[in-house]
Amino acid sequence: MIAELGLALLWIAAALACLSLVAGIAFVRTGKDDLAALVRPASVAQGLLTAAAFALLIALFVRSDMSVELVARNSHSLKPMLFKVAGAWGNHEGSMLLWLTILGVSGALVAIFEKRLRNDTLIATLAAQAALSLGFFAFLLFSSNPFKRLPVAPPDGQGLNPLLQDPGLAFHPPTLYVGYVGISVAFSFAVGALITREIGPAFARAMRPWVLGSWIFLTLGITAGSYWAYYELGWGGWWFWDPVENVSLIPWLAGTALLHSVAVTATRNALRAWTVMLAVIAFSMSMVGTFIVRSGLLTSVHSFAVDPERGTFLLVLMALYIGGALTLFALRAGAVAEGKKFALMSREGSLVINNLLLTTILALVLLGTLYPIVAEAMGEKISVGPPYYNKVAGPLALILCLVMVAGPLLSWRKDDGRKLWTRLPVAIFAGAVVLFGLVLFGGDVGVLPLLGMTVAGVVAVASLAPLWKRNLRRTPLPTWGMVIAHFGVAVALAGMAAESAFIKERLVAAAPGETVKVDDFSVKFAGVSPIAGPNYTAIRGTLIATIPSGASFTLHPEARMFPGLMGTPPTETNEAALLTRPGGQLYVVLGQAVTSADGTADRYQLRLWWKPLVWWIWLGGALIAVGATLSLLGRAQLLEIWRARRARKAQERFA
Amino acid sequence: MKAKHQRLILAAVALCGVAGAGVLAASALRDEAAYFRTPAEVVAGKTTVGEPMRLGGMVAAGSIKRQADGLTIDFVATDGKASIPVQFKGIVPDLFAENSGMVADGRMRADGVFVADRILAKHDERYMPPQMGDMPKNMKVAPKV
Repeated sequence: MIAELGLALLWIAAALACLSLVAGIAFVRTGKDDLAALVRPASVAQGLLTAAAFALLIALFVRSDMSVELVARNSHSLKPMLFKVAGAWGNHEGSMLLWLTILGVSGALVAIFEKRLRNDTLIATLAAQAALSLGFFAFLLFSSNPFKRLPVAPPDGQGLNPLLQDPGLAFHPPTLYVGYVGISVAFSFAVGALITREIGPAFARAMRPWVLGSWIFLTLGITAGSYWAYYELGWGGWWFWDPVENVSLIPWLAGTALLHSVAVTATRNALRAWTVMLAVIAFSMSMVGTFIVRSGLLTSVHSFAVDPERGTFLLVLMALYIGGALTLFALRAGAVAEGKKFALMSREGSLVINNLLLTTILALVLLGTLYPIVAEAMGEKISVGPPYYNKVAGPLALILCLVMVAGPLLSWRKDDGRKLWTRLPVAIFAGAVVLFGLVLFGGDVGVLPLLGMTVAGVVAVASLAPLWKRNLRRTPLPTWGMVIAHFGVAVALAGMAAESAFIKERLVAAAPGETVKVDDFSVKFAGVSPIAGPNYTAIRGTLIATIPSGASFTLHPEARMFPGLMGTPPTETNEAALLTRPGGQLYVVLGQAVTSADGTADRYQLRLWWKPLVWWIWLGGALIAVGATLSLLGRAQLLEIWRARRARKAQERFA
Repeated sequence: MKAKHQRLILAAVALCGVAGAGVLAASALRDEAAYFRTPAEVVAGKTTVGEPMRLGGMVAAGSIKRQADGLTIDFVATDGKASIPVQFKGIVPDLFAENSGMVADGRMRADGVFVADRILAKHDERYMPPQMGDMPKNMKVAPKV
């Protein structure tokens, strides 16, 4: 029953999306208010029903209802509860339903909370959001039904991919998706504003909190995903430039650019057309990413078994939405009045350069991601790996950071470039100290990491400069937000650069009792023992790491063996063991048993890394998200709304 | 300075930036993109020594030899038409085995040995990279983790 109910809810929600779209179009054409009155409640109901359908899918996974094909293919009754729940979105159909849920809930939230947008623009926005939903409803219902029953229920399921059986799965995909799909609101805002020709500071101010909100989730999702890959894949890397990572980074880059350009539009009424364009691009990149991942065009960790029909469906949807939005943009571009002028040496000017750099990085990452597909179409099989991305994105990101140093210190409209230098001596001094310190004592450091750490030093100090000589209590929240987020960039940059510059690696075959030196640690391999987990068996190594002060820590890396379920082959995974220290992390992986020439097999392969400051990368990501959250609290003007409401109530009482 | 001039300068700067980025991307792609090759293509001379590439093939039966350090392995990758000796130092993926497929990132050394930096392993039977589509049907596939 649950599956049938879920499917029914989806159909009703799709019908409501259809209603919102039709009523919205009718309102825009005729201007009749009674039609407009339908749109808000329909959007809210659509969001609620989709969310309910998703909850039902989770319920099916929790109950291990193997008569549902999706559950049988991706779950197993003996799986721990957390992975039963998370398994609901660890597959194609479930993740598409999650996508639709977020699309619907975002629309519902806009319908409930958006009060600042002009009413006709709001209705057009909601209709655009409904149009997006409708296409993905069609995709889900016609080609990826998550509630499909099997004619005969198997005794048990095939289990979830062991690599995905990690608490990370419970957190990373939903967070990323909220950001990834939440940015659709910006797309719909842009379409709505283009339809009603309301593109100005008021529109930008209304759109800003929504952009911030989804960007926070995108940032958190990427940060969490990076940490997950870092400890789960056992390669010790935190970013692989895997196509699937790239397609999450690309909307983030577009979102970051949008965040900054919408600030210009909101504050100075400039860059109007560009802001609208970016809003369209950001969600378009989300759709392109989904298409790339779901169509199976690329090889990557995340590519599930896929069929071309789905790819074609998504391609058509994507072409319709992106093409439609761009056509609308082209038609209305003339109507978007020219914005206010500004000098190149000004806050706006620096934000323009920020946008230019971000979109260039975006284009280069997209190029690297798509190039193998184009090459394959021409008969060559090519993979584009980290060296390409580091080469093109690294230098541009550093220049971007330098712009970030100057931007917040410039005033709006027009500033004196010479005065900028008087605001920077401390930051430049900090950078110089880092640079000389590294050159003198750092040993053999590569150019890019060296520059990275230097720039991080400059940014860290300069990012605090906007607070200089200010009454900290009266500093508005968005300013705090900007300062913390920019400081977070410096922290993350320092972590990335330090990790790549000073990483120490040891690869050994060690017998129990042997001691391995890595950096300042002496790590004693105590031996291995077999253990049994809830749904796997494992060889568990015991290592004792001792630091110079004499304190010692125990690490337990594991090599896990998951039995094959219902005809699938067995799978092995490596669980790395991590020791977090103030200066970085010790990362240990247990490899295979080694058979020596004399037939003894007591040695094990061990891989040890000392990664200095590596956790700063994720700390930085978290700081960026915290900063953006403060900014959101300030921009959404929740306090102001609350105060106004109280004042109004007080007035009513007197009247 | 007039607004028109300023706009022109901005456009020029943007154009230069985009052109620069294009040149950067083109040169980086030329230098860093790794071709996927089969042993037959390598033997046919499609690759140059030291160029980054990705080698795909089957691990020949009886060819895996472990060196005394317990870390370095030698094996032969074959596609049925040609064979290439491969050397790899590190922890091989669990499902790396003789008579099954593998994909390795690395470079050809002057003596004709392929030195792998990384060997890619399968973790899911349901997943298969398109590059392996041309491989013999009966061959197991070892996609990237």
